[in-house]
Amino acid sequence: MNSNVWILTFSDAISIATTLILATLGAILTERSGVINLGVEGILLMGAVTAFLVSDGTGNLWLALFLSVLVGVAMSAVHATLTITLRANQIVAGLALVIFGNGLSQFIGKPVEGKTRPVTIEPMKLGPLSDIPVLGPILFGHDIFTYLTWAGALVCSLYLNRTRPGLVLRATGDAPATVDAQGVSVAMIRFVHTILGGALMGLAGGWFMLARGTAWSQSATTNGIGWIALSLVVFAAWRPLRAIAGAVLFGFTLQVPFTLQGQQINILPPEIVQMLPYVATLFVLVMLSTPRARRLLGAPKMLGQPFVRDER
Amino acid sequence: MGSHRSGGATLFALSARQVTKRFPGVLANDRVDFDLLPGEVHTLLGENGAGKSTLASVLCGLYKPDEGAVLRNGTQVRLTSPRHGLQNGIAMVHQHFRLVDRFTVAENVVLGHRKLPFRLRANDLEDQVGQVAERFGLPLDPRAVVGELSAGQRQRVEIVKALYHGAEILLLDEPTALLAPPEVEKLFETVRAMTQAGKSVVFVSHKLGEVVDISDRVTVMRDGRVTGSVARGEADTRKLAELMVGRDIDLSPRRSRGEAKGTLLSLSNVGLTKDGVDHIAQVSFDVRAGEIVGVAGVSGNGQRELAEIVAGLIAPTSGEVSINGERVNGVGTRNVRKAGLAYVPEDRLGTGLAPSLSIVDNLVLTRDRGFLVDRKSAHAEAEAFIAQLEIKTPNALTATRKLSGGNSQKVLLAREIFAAGNNSRVLVVCSPTRGLDVGAVEAVHKLLDEARSAGKAILLISEDLDEVLTLADKILVLYRGSVVHEAMGDQVDVEAVGLAMAGLS
Repeated sequence: MNSNVWILTFSDAISIATTLILATLGAILTERSGVINLGVEGILLMGAVTAFLVSDGTGNLWLALFLSVLVGVAMSAVHATLTITLRANQIVAGLALVIFGNGLSQFIGKPVEGKTRPVTIEPMKLGPLSDIPVLGPILFGHDIFTYLTWAGALVCSLYLNRTRPGLVLRATGDAPATVDAQGVSVAMIRFVHTILGGALMGLAGGWFMLARGTAWSQSATTNGIGWIALSLVVFAAWRPLRAIAGAVLFGFTLQVPFTLQGQQINILPPEIVQMLPYVATLFVLVMLSTPRARRLLGAPKMLGQPFVRDER
Repeated sequence: MGSHRSGGATLFALSARQVTKRFPGVLANDRVDFDLLPGEVHTLLGENGAGKSTLASVLCGLYKPDEGAVLRNGTQVRLTSPRHGLQNGIAMVHQHFRLVDRFTVAENVVLGHRKLPFRLRANDLEDQVGQVAERFGLPLDPRAVVGELSAGQRQRVEIVKALYHGAEILLLDEPTALLAPPEVEKLFETVRAMTQAGKSVVFVSHKLGEVVDISDRVTVMRDGRVTGSVARGEADTRKLAELMVGRDIDLSPRRSRGEAKGTLLSLSNVGLTKDGVDHIAQVSFDVRAGEIVGVAGVSGNGQRELAEIVAGLIAPTSGEVSINGERVNGVGTRNVRKAGLAYVPEDRLGTGLAPSLSIVDNLVLTRDRGFLVDRKSAHAEAEAFIAQLEIKTPNALTATRKLSGGNSQKVLLAREIFAAGNNSRVLVVCSPTRGLDVGAVEAVHKLLDEARSAGKAILLISEDLDEVLTLADKILVLYRGSVVHEAMGDQVDVEAVGLAMAGLS
């Protein structure tokens, strides 16, 4: 078998991982504040279709990504309003967001369904680093967002563990009443982080479309990556740096069967891999509904619970 | 004003003047006056619902008073939030701690402090917190994770937190409720260290004994009003109890008056081994009709397991339990109840009652009758119990979770003692007065005494030694799952019982 194929596989795995990391970081920030947003897949789809349409219409890559982010912000703001202000059930609101994103992206993407991607995010030129055999193309053949995403995970980790607002954020997910008693608005913390998380998810969708998707296809573009991101949050135990490792692993798992199929090796049918997002979702929901598992995994204690100040 | 000192020129650290606070349907505080001196330990004493927690909440800024004023160092302050209270040096430690379990002590203490830098250095914070803790003699490891600490240590975290945030006045809500006796002693040491540093401490409590001992002054509240304020040494507990309840309280021992008759509940060599550990070992005793056998012991020495074995919730791994001569181990709760057992669990609201069902529904819940419920007679019966037991409730259809602890316990006792009828002759009661105020304690004790006189065989399992000493005709001490001491109720050596509880006999 051609070794170039494997280099390409690893390289592709890392680009899938980038999307996963972005979406997972968004979900971690959201969930650390105590809000669970199951709408990741819907936001990714909307981010992707927005990036496609905008770049198709204007040819402007940056405008396309910016609007993807805005779409993520808007959708997560809806989620925040429903669950924080109106105290709707977070699971139900998140699922509604997925259905909404699914339907709307299909509708507005219809005219361009199957059309080839108009612009591409070019890989960065990293000089001699990219010329290292094997490792060069795998690690240093990516575009700027991949590297920014890695840095983003580090920044998120430092933010959570080493800063004052990070301390308050962690406390909000675990003991909102404590934060409230300190005169800090629980709703504000949750709103800010749900929306920040949504922005990252929107970017993840937009980037994935423009860096990886060859053509817009509603059913095949994101392919359940949003669901995998949600399970990655659990897998990473709500820690940003661990998300990188998990994302690379998942990215690899998602990519390998396609490589093998391309090589006419049919060990694992791709259909099995296509099930992965939904198996992962089941895993997450089972984990998050068992109090013991939640405790062992280190889930934010009040994840999914609306905060109501108890007064007489 | 200035009733504490002559001359009236004393500058109080904190005062309430004619504070009135209303909640829908309740006048929680009715023109309350309260004065706290600098460096003073002041207890706010009252039954549940007397308005003491409301007053404390007004003083710390959680509630805004409808009328009246709060004065800090003689100047009126309008506190808008607990944070605003803290800015004025007033902090409250709630009964249910507001801590983040997963954080370290240091992280918990500094959380929410306004002057915290953006970038946090764990070592610096731990040092600062360690210094505050040390200054007030609070042994505490700033690096420890709060979730792994005992109740007493968590309370210390709350106190250190208040001090770190600059509290001069500390309001402690029921501070001894969750503490073991040695931890209470440590708390008192801390309080002394704080008052020596010029800080004032307010205990909000319904417990007469221990807290009163270290208070310089006790202010008693009842029904939203202050009924008296006495300095140390001016009043004994009996007098204070009267101020609290508004009538003479009888907490003297109650013993069986008649002769105990045949054995109804019998345990022989009962043991429970789980994962290689003996939770209960070789326990044997009999309970006869018309007597109360009390099981004393420090929490976690097998009381819970013993109760659940007798109640049929778990099967013993060895030995035999019999009710009315009928062997009942392993036959299941339903059959145990059929054999004549009534059970009042420790968790009265969760296990004993269905919290969102009404009093009527709860009373018929365990009735083993036909398929259809006769609501009319059940309702009448409930009304009768409400009147007879003086259960305070809007009506018989009120959900039991809306009742106070004492009143929900009365509903449960009514069901288990009376509504069960004469079939149930054995009663197992676990910590029946935990968390109840003095008036309710007296009422529950009276009920248990009546049940005994009516010929029931009662097994009382309680971590409150005073309760066992007050009621039991025979006392057993449980230590690590074994009965290590036995005594008759009227000739008990309290010291020996105490030593046995600590495992020193």
